[in-house]
Amino acid sequence: MEKTLKKYFLVFTLPTLVAFAFAFIIPFVQGIYLSFCNFTTVSNAKWVGLENYKKAFGSSQGFISAFGFTAGFTVISIITINIIAFSLALLLTRKIKGTNLFRTVFFMPNLIGGIVLGYTWQQMINAILYSYGKTIVSDAKFGFIGLVLLMNWQMVGYMMIIYIAGLQNVPTDLLEAAHIDGATGWQTLIKVKLPMVMSSITICVFLTLSNSFKLFDQNKALTNGAPMNKTQMLALNIYETFYGKTGFEGVGQAKAVMFFAAVAVIALIQLSFTRSKEVEQ
Amino acid sequence: MTSKKKKTTDAVIFVCLLVFALIVLYPLFFILNNSFKGKFFISSDPFSFPNAETFSGFSNYVNGLTKTGLLSAAGWSFFITIVSVALIILFTSMTAYYITRVKSKITSALYYMFVFSMIVPFQMVMFTMSSLADKFQLKNPLGMCILYLGFGAGLSVFMFSGFVKSIPLEIEEAAMIDGCNPLQTYFGVVFPILKPTAITVAILNAMWIWNDFLLPYLVIGVSTKYKTIPVVIQMLVGSNGNKDMGALMAMLVLSIVPIIIFYLTCQKYIIEGVVAGAVKG
Repeated sequence: MEKTLKKYFLVFTLPTLVAFAFAFIIPFVQGIYLSFCNFTTVSNAKWVGLENYKKAFGSSQGFISAFGFTAGFTVISIITINIIAFSLALLLTRKIKGTNLFRTVFFMPNLIGGIVLGYTWQQMINAILYSYGKTIVSDAKFGFIGLVLLMNWQMVGYMMIIYIAGLQNVPTDLLEAAHIDGATGWQTLIKVKLPMVMSSITICVFLTLSNSFKLFDQNKALTNGAPMNKTQMLALNIYETFYGKTGFEGVGQAKAVMFFAAVAVIALIQLSFTRSKEVEQ
Repeated sequence: MTSKKKKTTDAVIFVCLLVFALIVLYPLFFILNNSFKGKFFISSDPFSFPNAETFSGFSNYVNGLTKTGLLSAAGWSFFITIVSVALIILFTSMTAYYITRVKSKITSALYYMFVFSMIVPFQMVMFTMSSLADKFQLKNPLGMCILYLGFGAGLSVFMFSGFVKSIPLEIEEAAMIDGCNPLQTYFGVVFPILKPTAITVAILNAMWIWNDFLLPYLVIGVSTKYKTIPVVIQMLVGSNGNKDMGALMAMLVLSIVPIIIFYLTCQKYIIEGVVAGAVKG
């Protein structure tokens, strides 16, 4: 059967491969090459070696401060989102009435796109700050807190759904055994439930990590980096380097390559985590 | 005694969840409420209900729609999302079937390339991809659909391959013996079995394509008539300083309504889909 199918290579794969080449393979290879070049369009590139990479770390480039902001935001988001989501999942697996309705409501914000969401929160936060004569861009603190709130609002329901699925898979005889042995609710949670949902925790931590680290739309809509680029995250910093002013396309591309490398490292760590879990089971 | 205690605890939890649900829903209520106020009352009095003085009927909606062309943007958003998802389902499932069933160095290299593309952030390819799209006349809705086929291919091929592996070969062999060629076997036998995965893949792709901002913003741009909803919302606020907040509120409401309708009608599939996508991706 494989032999007959083999002749149909182009029939089965051609459209996907052409689109994949246009959207990914060619731009990716070109992108790596151009990060070592000086250019304003793809066709006028001149090889400059590592110069773009050196320039990217210059203080006027804001790449390092964007990295700091992104890292801080990512850590706070991972902690808050996962704690809130896990707590909600615990409350929603107690079989109290209204569970389905609550689940529906909590998950809903996840479907709304970053731009629409960002402006919704910008309007609301500005309305709150209005009585103090301030806006979300008067202080980088406001932007940071706003982004964390927004990210929680969007991601908590999503993570909660994954935790609920994990908690429902904890075998009931295990919980009964703990109950008979006289374990308190807290002991059951720490000693039985938490170890049993470790794989859900890994998934959720890495999902929040990569979503927060790569955040763009919400950042652009909520503060667009203001004030003075202090609330600019990495993705927005790269975007501004490309399109904010001409002459820095090469630097932007070098930053993008480093950004990609960081995301790839995160993905590899995640992979090794999941692999080691699989061996244990 | 204990059942009475459980009842009180449940009541307390119910109240907590209810309060949290109201907090989650509040931002949506906030924009809905303010979309019915005159634009000068939104900043001075953002939290009260509209009253006789501040109520402005549907004027924000009329105003916003004429100013932004949101209706046409909604049309293009629908068109691009539906056509892209259809192309993705049809072509990536065929590709996944081929590279799973035919074992060779080329197919396994392709598989790893698709998986690899999932971790590459968009910033890495955005500049080179937009110039490629420019060169090959892809700056139109159909071109966008081809690009989305390429961008969606990674996750979709990955998910379809996972499912194809679990289908027993005997079914296809029986079809082959009955005289079907590979295409007939695929569409007659395999594709119907893939339906649950196809629903998941369709939902995951529809969600990000509908909400995607940067790709249409860079490829189609702001000066054509093919703008999508996120692009129009961004332009409404954009660089222009004295923005019409009433119109913005109304347009945000109109952008969110289709998503909520979609969510409430296909909730079961959406939640199952994102969980499956999270666990596999």
